[in-house]
Amino acid sequence: MQNVSIIGIGRIPVGEHWDSSLRELAAAAVQEAFTDAGIQEVDAVYIANAYGTSVSSQSHLGALIADFIGLRGVETFTIEAADASGGAALRAGYLAVASGMAQRVLVLGVEKLTDAVAGSRVQGRNVSLDADHEAIHGATLPALAALLMRRYMYEYGVDLSAFEGFSLNAHTNGKLNQYAMYRNTLRPGTFAKAPMVAEPVNLFDMAPDADGAAALVLAPSEQAVDMVSTPVRILGSAVSTDAFMLQDREDLLYLQAAHDSALKAYRQAGIAASDVDVFEVHDAFTILSALTLEATGFAERGQGWALASEQGQPISLNGTIPISTFGGLKSRGNPAGATGIYQAVEACLQLRREAGPNQVKGATTALIQNLGGLGSTAITHILRV
Amino acid sequence: MSAVSNPVHLSTEQYTFSGTGEVYSYTTVLDSPAGFEDQAPYVLALVKLDEGPIVTAQITDLDGSLEIGDRVEMVTRKLTTEGPQGMIVYGYKFRKVLQQS
Repeated sequence: MQNVSIIGIGRIPVGEHWDSSLRELAAAAVQEAFTDAGIQEVDAVYIANAYGTSVSSQSHLGALIADFIGLRGVETFTIEAADASGGAALRAGYLAVASGMAQRVLVLGVEKLTDAVAGSRVQGRNVSLDADHEAIHGATLPALAALLMRRYMYEYGVDLSAFEGFSLNAHTNGKLNQYAMYRNTLRPGTFAKAPMVAEPVNLFDMAPDADGAAALVLAPSEQAVDMVSTPVRILGSAVSTDAFMLQDREDLLYLQAAHDSALKAYRQAGIAASDVDVFEVHDAFTILSALTLEATGFAERGQGWALASEQGQPISLNGTIPISTFGGLKSRGNPAGATGIYQAVEACLQLRREAGPNQVKGATTALIQNLGGLGSTAITHILRV
Repeated sequence: MSAVSNPVHLSTEQYTFSGTGEVYSYTTVLDSPAGFEDQAPYVLALVKLDEGPIVTAQITDLDGSLEIGDRVEMVTRKLTTEGPQGMIVYGYKFRKVLQQS
């Protein structure tokens, strides 16, 4: 086993890229990552994409994008785990370098969701649900999040406003991030009045579907120190899965896969939750932020929401456990399969002290968690400088 | 690291449920997928069957409000139509159990 480091990062602004194709978005992110790493060639390219087939009518992205970016001939293929595809591709890249089978790996996340609108986009996104037992009944990802959220509110006796702090924090941080999709701040009190998507999930509760591309270059840590000034080590990498459907969870209000993958990653890295300086959570819905904090060792059961409401703002950039430091999925935007790579890029910027106004002071250890579905897949990485 | 300890399930058996249960959670879907626009807004729920398992299904014939814990019973309804010329998909929905007066 070789230790693995991230030696290059790149990303494009998240948003509506109606004038660019998947391959063009990908090329821009790759070019930036290659420049950052000071290389032009790699042994393998792992591409994260979740909805190319159902929304963009394009599969086989490996050969397609490699050809377009001048890497014809390279080992490459797509890796898919719904919105956890980015984390899955990073995991694959990590394994390839750790095993010694590859010395330079490009991990790329790319997605275009906004070319489809209204019902056709919802339908395109719905391929990540259980077709036979959820989607056929008219379920959607926001609807399933709503089922989870309402039960949480019922069991723990909290109302919608308990979740407001997660969105306020995301937008406060996203406003400072020039790569974020929605750089507006939310005024306290407006959250609970936002239009409903699937009651009680409203428009300010959920992350916007977006287009984006982000890339990482991986290399053995031993070589990385001679290649770039600040390589970022991958100390932990773990994937866990849960019951695919909410209805089959043994404990609906506990993200078991989020817990399991975090625990595996903590053990591999030899750290505890208290050692984490920055946590990029998968805040596709505010309920996921609350449940993630409970599953990964930062809050007791039923208390995750309180971290967003407490005095002293523990989840803010100056808090004890800063989350969504560049706006998270909520403000930066959620380019599905690319999201996990954005999380990694943002964590690297924090650790490299290149986060500008979003910088968390003294951050040396970052935790990233990328979820597929409502936690059916949970992929955790721990990064350190 | 711990290995997954669950045995692999390769066999299934048929089981007939009574078709009654209670609302475990619910939502009103406003942004619907293609094929469900005509029904929106509709109520989707997790229904905890009396035998224990939970299923995901729509609540139909709803007149008035719905609460967690409400008693519901299964009915057969049209779920969706696959386009104007397409197949009609039938399946289960649930409705509130009528109060005997």
